[in-house]
Amino acid sequence: MTVDRELTMSRAVVEAIGTEMRENDEVFYMGEDVADYGGIFDSTQGLLEEFGYDRIMDVPISETAYLGAAVGAAQQGMRPIAELMFVDFFGVAMDQIYNQMAKNTYMSGGSVSVPMVLTTAVGGTYSDAAQHSQTLYGTFAHLPGMKVVVPSTAYDAKGLMHNAIRDDDPVVYMYHKRLMGLGWLPSPTGPKTPVPEAEYTIPFGRADVKREGADATVVTLGLHVHRALDAAATLAEEGIDCEVIDLRTLVPLDRETVIESVEKTGRLVVVDEDYRSFGLTGEIVSSVAEEALDALEAVERVAMPDVPIPYARELETEVMPAAADIEAAVRNVQ
Amino acid sequence: MYADMVTARYYEERLQEEYLEGKQPKFDISAGPIPGELHLAAGQEAAAVGVCHHLRDDDVVTAPHRPHHVAIAKGVDLNRMTAEIFGRETGLGRGKGGHMHLFDPDVNFACSGIIAQGCPPAAGAGLAAKKRNTDSVAVAYLGEGAVDQGGFLESLNFAAVHDLPVVFVVEDNDWAISMPQERVTDVEFASKRADGFEMAGVHVDRDDAVAVYEAAAEAVGRARDGNGPTVLSVQVHRRMGHFMGDPQSYRSDEDQEAAMDRDSIERMAAHLRDHGVDDEAMAEIREDAHARVDDAIAWAKDQPKPDAESAYEDVFTNPPSGVTDTEPEFDLAETGGEGE
Ligand SMILES: Cc1ncc(C[n+]2csc(CCOP(=O)(O)OP(=O)(O)O)c2C)c(N)n1
Repeated sequence: MTVDRELTMSRAVVEAIGTEMRENDEVFYMGEDVADYGGIFDSTQGLLEEFGYDRIMDVPISETAYLGAAVGAAQQGMRPIAELMFVDFFGVAMDQIYNQMAKNTYMSGGSVSVPMVLTTAVGGTYSDAAQHSQTLYGTFAHLPGMKVVVPSTAYDAKGLMHNAIRDDDPVVYMYHKRLMGLGWLPSPTGPKTPVPEAEYTIPFGRADVKREGADATVVTLGLHVHRALDAAATLAEEGIDCEVIDLRTLVPLDRETVIESVEKTGRLVVVDEDYRSFGLTGEIVSSVAEEALDALEAVERVAMPDVPIPYARELETEVMPAAADIEAAVRNVQ
Repeated sequence: MYADMVTARYYEERLQEEYLEGKQPKFDISAGPIPGELHLAAGQEAAAVGVCHHLRDDDVVTAPHRPHHVAIAKGVDLNRMTAEIFGRETGLGRGKGGHMHLFDPDVNFACSGIIAQGCPPAAGAGLAAKKRNTDSVAVAYLGEGAVDQGGFLESLNFAAVHDLPVVFVVEDNDWAISMPQERVTDVEFASKRADGFEMAGVHVDRDDAVAVYEAAAEAVGRARDGNGPTVLSVQVHRRMGHFMGDPQSYRSDEDQEAAMDRDSIERMAAHLRDHGVDDEAMAEIREDAHARVDDAIAWAKDQPKPDAESAYEDVFTNPPSGVTDTEPEFDLAETGGEGE
């Protein structure tokens, strides 16, 4: 089936949420500035008109209260979606996130489930400094009990959102601001893709090979899928053929696709917009080392150095992994 | 106070112009000479000057994401603050913090972009003053939308139970981004929250710098004399969008016009006129303020951009060296370990 219609990532996400809300009265959305504003990152544009303030709820700036309330409502069997405006604000409500939302299923011996979605914006590239630019994939994926989703295209975003809302477990759905297709923060061209009108799900734990290649495996997610694809296009001109793997979900993590690819290419580059130490890059490299050490000829990591994200453009550019950094890393492993 | 008010207002007008450079006709937040978000405080000057004019350099102020007017009233170095906003090496934070994260330890000023999270550190500064037996006070600024945050409410209790010299100043501009106050709380004024903690709460129902000054005299005096904390809420107005680029489609024209009509600077000028200050004297104050602002902006734009390598500096005050570099300073044999 060919689809003519292209959507931005934010439109795709909103379409999935709207469909789920229409089909299931138990689904509702809570967050700051999600009603009249439609979400600072356009995450709820147009939903208020259809569903009203009862189901598209503006909440006080009290993350502990409303994220915790989402946990409570979910434990009653409702399906709340709660938005944390920027992931950087998790700190004020972390207990509700990682001690309640993430652990209640386990501590109850499986007798309680928490079918909620925590949506949140991640990422830098527009000089908003250290409290508004982090990605923090690793923080959420590190703490057991939450599924963690990071779409890179509109197509994936819609299918993953359908799945997230239907999932019986808490899902953290992290969208990169630079990919949403916002008027005031232009996206690269990649995330805007054809999106079928019908609903569809993309299962968690299946990485997507966004480009096939024989010479190096580049593993990444979110915004950096697009930077890796740009790098791969440049490298192709030099005769280096990159495979680009988009993880799409961190929990569950599709280690198999990565290992298979490394078995083919022998060379691994992991790219992450999150901090380098104790995070995703280390996780991927060690997973491959554990399972396929023999295949592994060379490894490089490209990630945010372990510094808070600086404000000045020159400084942010210095620390933010760019396509050129990915190219250099791929050349290094050849 | 009038001088600081007109400085703050003109400063923001000039910042706005600079900010929009390169962002027109199509607004792209990542373009132009000033990086990142920009939150302007036009309309909120009375709350800044009315309180800060009671403060000394050793008094501590923590400001939120909308900090310029408070910074100016507290006496933050205008040149270095501007250089910081332009992301320059000689800025207050060497270009690392930016407009929401201004730190000037010379006048004990700090900021945070996370809602209400300046309140606990302000209580901490009050605690330090109390433990050291000094008479300095701490002031935490926050918006009316921030008073539902745990960090604020917990700090109220903490400050109250320890009788700390803290004033919580709530700038009530009716809006938290797009959320009007009545949709997120049933409490009419933030100062009423003080009741629940058995502490003083005062509300100034107009953006009148003189009225704020009088109310603050009592609150700051109470803190300085060791008589505990106060919540002081002040009705102000948000003349602009929440941040630059905010289309404000959630806000009625009448509401915006009402904010424009109630100008605290005009009110202050009228007060001065009533007290015999002539228009010429006020014009002179304005000219001086404008010159100071223009100079600061010119100076800031002339400052060097940070060297990319400096991104790796300042993570720690005392940067850790490699663990393997240091040999233990004791000798095992001497401690009676090996070889005995
Ligand atoms: C913990 C946290 N939650 C949400 C935000 C996003 N945010 C920034 S400003 C703001 C509204 C603040 O309103 P108010 O406190 O009334 O201050 P004003 O902007 O009106 O000056 C929000 C929700 C944040 N910075 N930190």
